[in-house]
Amino acid sequence: MAIDFKQVDFTYQPGTPFETKALTDINLTIPDGSYTALIGHTGSGKSTLLQHLNALLKPTSGTVTIGERVITPATSNKDLKSLRQQVGIVFQFPENQLFEETVVKDIAFGPQNFGVSETEALETAEKMLTLVGLDKSLLDRSPFDLSGGQMRRVAIAGVLAMQPKILVLDEPTAGLDPQGRLDMMEMFARLRREQGLTVVLVTHQMDDVANYADHVIVMDQGRVVKTGTPQEIFKDPQWLVEHQLGLPKTTAFAQQLMAKGLQFNPIPLTEDQLAAALVAQLPATVFGGAESHDE
Amino acid sequence: MSQIIDVAHLNYRYPQQSADDLTLKDISFSVADGEWVAIVGHNGSGKSTLAKNINGLLAPVSGTVTVDGQVLSEKTVWDIRKKIGMVFQNPDNQFVGATVEDDVAFSLENQGVPRDEMLTRVHDALVQVNMAEFATREPARLSGGQKQRVALAGMIAARPRILILDEATSMLDPQGRYEVLQTIQQMKINSDLTVLSITHDIDEAASANRVLVVNDGRLVEEGQPADIFKHGPALIKMGLDMPYAERLKAALKRQGVKVPADYLTEKGMADWLWQLISNK
Repeated sequence: MAIDFKQVDFTYQPGTPFETKALTDINLTIPDGSYTALIGHTGSGKSTLLQHLNALLKPTSGTVTIGERVITPATSNKDLKSLRQQVGIVFQFPENQLFEETVVKDIAFGPQNFGVSETEALETAEKMLTLVGLDKSLLDRSPFDLSGGQMRRVAIAGVLAMQPKILVLDEPTAGLDPQGRLDMMEMFARLRREQGLTVVLVTHQMDDVANYADHVIVMDQGRVVKTGTPQEIFKDPQWLVEHQLGLPKTTAFAQQLMAKGLQFNPIPLTEDQLAAALVAQLPATVFGGAESHDE
Repeated sequence: MSQIIDVAHLNYRYPQQSADDLTLKDISFSVADGEWVAIVGHNGSGKSTLAKNINGLLAPVSGTVTVDGQVLSEKTVWDIRKKIGMVFQNPDNQFVGATVEDDVAFSLENQGVPRDEMLTRVHDALVQVNMAEFATREPARLSGGQKQRVALAGMIAARPRILILDEATSMLDPQGRYEVLQTIQQMKINSDLTVLSITHDIDEAASANRVLVVNDGRLVEEGQPADIFKHGPALIKMGLDMPYAERLKAALKRQGVKVPADYLTEKGMADWLWQLISNK
């Protein structure tokens, strides 16, 4: 399922002293089946844009087309259920939304809300728990007795239980330790593969963009300022600095090497790409059993 | 330098835990006045519980916490909290003001700071975190990273002796994180501040004078950042990211390259590679 924005503006609390324009003239496409990364400086409008992906917010002007549905400023708040079922959003710190007595009931809450029978919802909940890599023994535990990382997985299972076609993730690894972050990012990649999902990732982690995304949207001050593949976005470091964005660690390190006189074409984005490029240039003496030369 | 924080044989268990189970196990360490100490460890290792024991949000089962010469107790907790500013990972949990400036002013009002001085301190603090233009906005409507900046501004304005950061930069972009770390360095220069930062971020840990590693409720290691970073891939188990040079080393090793065993900084790694390739 694809999403298309045409000339979207959005203003918070229009006509009040708190009026703030958050989005200006947004035109973009999130292609069906893509892994799209949405990046931008804090306050660039990413989270506002994200809430348009399932009509939690409606444009102040312009249109958002989600699959077959067209959302305009005049769209009624009724009858948005099927849309919300198709676009699952995992908000920042989703574990704060857990509320049920048991893990299984919490995961089953969403589908029941969308009219699925209790028996069927509980069955789905059990499957989803496995899907997010948690053990079935947790089903009857209170979600509040779990660790932070486990709670977050339960919350994500609750979104997946609605069997969305698009999974939207707002900084899903914030606050997790490095191992937890890696596990979670690998889980999303697997879910996309196995479930054929379209994934939208809001992130500040440029390494995640380099490692996982195939399409990137860059925002600045409420506008889309660039779209392209990670390679296209990261090939111009100066431009990224101007928009207060970083580089993947590898790209930044490759630049240090280029300043010394090494050359890379294309510029590497991941450490494996850089290692492969270096292997082609390193002397034979540093490989395998040979002694590396000492000064 | 005198000790501003002294933790001795601290044991802590949450009320729902069974009697033979502890979240913090016999933790002892000291922090010198003006020092910056990073506490690292994976999720669930007990880092945040430790921080909450230091400012009396939680009370230990046994052991003592001494802050600036006062032993933490029900009697001294209010005095001690005046000296400690704390910024949490999710600032939504600590906003009280209707606007950004009200929120930043909150602790100053509590301390009875005169209005003129308060206005200056609030404004200066917001300028330092690049949030001055948001002074009259509602905190709830800011982005995650902006909220962290406002929470930090509240602490800059309050000028505590000790600043505890509980993953306080986790929602910031790399540039924002760099700016916040610079701001804290500046605060330290201006006011002899002591910083305890709980973090997974390698750059934040590298800014510290000393790193404490907590695992399963125990203090398992302490040292200067460079000593800790030598651990390479084992750092991930300690809840820290691998420094980039170590990650690249691992990738080169996978390709059959013989790499130096010692810890290399990024510059050291770049020099090593350049020397090999340019002398070929």
